[in-house]
Amino acid sequence: MSFLKIDKINVYYGDIQVIFNLSLTVEKGEVVSIVGGNGAGKSTLLRTISGLLFPTSGQISFENQKINSKQPEKIVDYGIIHVPEGRKLFSLMTVKENLIIGAYNKRAETKIAETIDNVYQLFPRLKERENQLAMTLSGGEQQMAAIGRGIMAHPKILMLDEPSLGLAPILMKDIFAAIRKIADLGTTVLLVEQDVKNSLSLSDRAYVLEHGQVVMEGSGKELLKNPHIKEAYLGM
Amino acid sequence: MIYLIEDIINGILMGSIYGLTALGLTVIFGVLKVINFAHGSLLMVGMYVAYWIITATGIHPYIALFIAAPIMFFFGYYLQDIIIKPIFKAEKNVREPITVIIVTTGLWYILDNLTLLIFGPQYRSIQDNALKGAMLEIGEIFISVPKLCGAITAVITALAIYLFFQKTKTGRAVRATSIDRETASLMGINQYKIYNIAFGIGTAAAGIAAVTLVPFYNIFPTVGVLFDIKGFIIVVLGGLGSILGAMLGGIIIGLIESVGPQFMSSTWTEAIVYGLFLLVLFIKPSGLFGIKQDW
Repeated sequence: MSFLKIDKINVYYGDIQVIFNLSLTVEKGEVVSIVGGNGAGKSTLLRTISGLLFPTSGQISFENQKINSKQPEKIVDYGIIHVPEGRKLFSLMTVKENLIIGAYNKRAETKIAETIDNVYQLFPRLKERENQLAMTLSGGEQQMAAIGRGIMAHPKILMLDEPSLGLAPILMKDIFAAIRKIADLGTTVLLVEQDVKNSLSLSDRAYVLEHGQVVMEGSGKELLKNPHIKEAYLGM
Repeated sequence: MIYLIEDIINGILMGSIYGLTALGLTVIFGVLKVINFAHGSLLMVGMYVAYWIITATGIHPYIALFIAAPIMFFFGYYLQDIIIKPIFKAEKNVREPITVIIVTTGLWYILDNLTLLIFGPQYRSIQDNALKGAMLEIGEIFISVPKLCGAITAVITALAIYLFFQKTKTGRAVRATSIDRETASLMGINQYKIYNIAFGIGTAAAGIAAVTLVPFYNIFPTVGVLFDIKGFIIVVLGGLGSILGAMLGGIIIGLIESVGPQFMSSTWTEAIVYGLFLLVLFIKPSGLFGIKQDW
């Protein structure tokens, strides 16, 4: 029995089909990466899981309950937390307010004080910046705040959309290290990335998406050695 | 000189009340990103509600406030929930849904004409209320007591709404929704419920404004139109979505209307108000206190 199971979904933006008959599974405690180029449908997949888009056919289930075609705020109640692409912090609110609002759902709101300490331990920089408006943070700090806000929701599965987007390599390293740490503390992670090398090396398993279809799957290490991956994504 | 001081004081007092009438408009716009053309009508409904409460029970207008405000909150809450929400859902992917504006315009006509149908066109006023015609005398300066009470109520209401947005869980959710609806929903916030609450608060603010007006203002079915246009100017002047902007915008209009006639014929003050409005739109389109947002 799978934790998160996606079974043959098709997703459209208006008339344009973006995801074709896609199936994948995520087991409890895993770090699973979805890699692929621009326009492969990675973000669309996460948006479909979190209820921002509805699949036209197929089924998504979580802990054996059907969750597709439910509103995003209902999906949050299941413990599926989506950290969107481009951080999407609430720009005119302080860092601390952003974190607190991450814990809006019923499971998380009773433990705000405790969780916020954990987030500050993971990202000490956020503690220093807690009273600043989110819009004044640097890109790396914004990403920390966005991931921190995701953790505040007490996720059963944390879905991260391109956390390394637009970051300097040194910051990227910090972010990937933090993601590994979150996973080691027991949260299941579904990671969407364009940085194939870093994401594959920290993942247990990965799927390669091209044109809205899964073209390859395997353990992170296996895929890193795969000649197609090497040529198409790693430039080797 | 004395007259000038008196006019300035009266301008500030009446301006604060104008600000209060515009407060709900700015709150609703800030969250729903839609201009509520029915706002003046909501104010009118509030005036009738206050009128009937006060004439039926004979209580002091400011005690009626505590009955009228909750009634108006729920009126606004369910108005949004039942009539406006379905349009929002149908236009889910549109950022500033024009059709919602058309619906609020429809509401304006329906509310005004229903009132006309039920209560008739005659002007009503509350004859024997404690505040009617009361004047405060400081030296040679006369200050209207109902306007003074109204201005104080306006400041308290603005402060209360501000604190609610800053300090409470629901207030934070309202602000988050106003900044980014989609991301707010990823936090588990039901945006449509937040719209209901914002509309409820906006309508309650109109209700409070109505209560402060009824002791000295006539009540008739189209009374809202007067405040509607003023409200739009105030809100754009002060900055759409800004609570402080609405209050200060109101005071600016109040001052022009009250001090202007000292120097020119009073019909000219309106030209100055509109001129200032255009000037602000040219120079700072986000309004005096509006924040430039990415939308």
